[in-house]
Amino acid sequence: MFFTSYEFFGFLTVLFLVYYLLPKRCQQPLLLAASYVFYAAAGLSGLLYILATTVTVYFAGLRIGDNLKRQSAYLKARKAELDKEQKRAYKESQMHVRRRWLVGCLLLNLAILAVVKYANFFIANVNSILSAFGGGGELSFLSLALPLGISFYTFQSIGYLIDVYRGTAPAEKNLMRFALFVSFFPQLIQGPISRYGDLSETLCQPHAFTSRQFCFGLQRMLWGYFKKLVVADRVLAAVSTITGDQMTGGYVLAGMVLYTLELYADFTGGIDIAIGVAEALGITVQENFHRPYFSKSLKEYWRRWHISMCSWFRDYLFYPLSTSKPMQRFTRFARKRFGEKVGRRMPVYIATFVVWFATGVWHGANWNFIVWGLCNFAVLMISEELEPLYSRFHQRFAVGGQSWYKFFRVGRTFLLICVLNLFDCYPTLSGTFGAFASIFTAGNWSVLWDGSLLSIGLSALDYGILAIGTAVMLGVSLVQRSGGVREKIAAKPYPVRFVLWYGLFLAVLLAGAYGVGYDASQFIYNQF
Amino acid sequence: MEELLNILNEMHPDVDFATEEHLIDNMILDSLDIVSLIAEISDVFDVTITARDIVPANFNSAKALYALIEKLDNEA
Repeated sequence: MFFTSYEFFGFLTVLFLVYYLLPKRCQQPLLLAASYVFYAAAGLSGLLYILATTVTVYFAGLRIGDNLKRQSAYLKARKAELDKEQKRAYKESQMHVRRRWLVGCLLLNLAILAVVKYANFFIANVNSILSAFGGGGELSFLSLALPLGISFYTFQSIGYLIDVYRGTAPAEKNLMRFALFVSFFPQLIQGPISRYGDLSETLCQPHAFTSRQFCFGLQRMLWGYFKKLVVADRVLAAVSTITGDQMTGGYVLAGMVLYTLELYADFTGGIDIAIGVAEALGITVQENFHRPYFSKSLKEYWRRWHISMCSWFRDYLFYPLSTSKPMQRFTRFARKRFGEKVGRRMPVYIATFVVWFATGVWHGANWNFIVWGLCNFAVLMISEELEPLYSRFHQRFAVGGQSWYKFFRVGRTFLLICVLNLFDCYPTLSGTFGAFASIFTAGNWSVLWDGSLLSIGLSALDYGILAIGTAVMLGVSLVQRSGGVREKIAAKPYPVRFVLWYGLFLAVLLAGAYGVGYDASQFIYNQF
Repeated sequence: MEELLNILNEMHPDVDFATEEHLIDNMILDSLDIVSLIAEISDVFDVTITARDIVPANFNSAKALYALIEKLDNEA
């Protein structure tokens, strides 16, 4: 049941009606039932996976939480009897107990994720190695369907468990509340990856109907549908033609810019719909984007794009790894061996490498994603090393505050993102590098202006609609810099509001990329 | 406190760490700075800052960071 399907609109209409008509105490069970119905629509087997994650993480969380409480009570009761050393030894022994629960549960859930998502990737690589050495007896592929949104809900659940282990979130005692946190349907398939502390309270509070909040939710959804149906799905045809027909040179150049536009409209549009649905239900879900294409560097871009995933990797992988005891020992060794400056940066390099490798793997079982992650790592680390040079340049020429230089940096970063996105467009590394090289070798940049781009699945009208759609998205992003757009529109006189919202609604109806036989494409991030 | 201010000033000489109270919220310190800072603090103050301690409230100002160092020192 995609967000763009008629079934979803039917499902949502019934849910909204029942949600606000039933007594408030029924809202939570209703949302959980609705989430499971939504999930089961994608296949009953997927439901088993999400239930397995829910139950295992719930029980591990309870055991860790109980242990923390027991530890606290024990220390309180024996405050006078135990000396500092005894207290420390007791704490350490209890921490080992908690760590066993944490690691066991993490391994179990990561193993499930690994098997359903990466087993066939692993088998394909083993088979390649076997055939390279002339060996027979190739391994058979597994026929496992990838459960919808498994990367998202697994990461969200793991985040909760680590928070309980760290003592920064309480262990949830109510299984239904926890199940709802894991499976809340709007964010189930493409995020945001919420934190327990941020979502659980708003999710489980009773919600009275307020027309303002409900309308704001619907408006946010409409905006998401505009991005998805008018812009993203329109661009899809052109990108598929360019990559599918292995076009070269200027076509690749156009394709990578169009794909970057598509990815933005698709992913942010999907998140707008998710946040809008939640808002219409009275639930606040965290934002996942902060005008990412206005970034002046790749580092800034990764603070503004897919924020929930990036902060997840930062808090649950980068910091624990870079501040771990083995890493500190290694840093001391590296400082002696390679000198103060290099040694000090070692934990940053290693942890950043691991994070970007994991980010690539998270995005998909494909070497393209892994190399994409490592390219991001390389650019970020080179930029970091060149930082003193940039600073000297900025001091020498004093261009940092000038508008043209800011535009230049935004443009340069956008172009870099376009190039990195090429890894997402092609199924193989050779295809990606070949396409990139062809930009400089094919010598056909004239296709960008000689009308050839009208033969890649987009008509002049489509380009016109795309130009207007992009301008509207850009305009909204500019307005957002000084506060919420919906709040600003709500403060306008009725005729203005009417024209704006019904105009957007008509735009989705009339300019949405559908027609006879058209089937709205699934969201790009659904496959993760 | 002075030692901590020296470490911070060395990282970002252009920031007034004595008064700045939004080092994380205003993105003055990023994750790479924080890891370098933790390694430095570990050396100078002989305390171990773990991932659990890395929350904005502890890193938003030099004062908050110094309070964390003192707390960890007392616990050790």
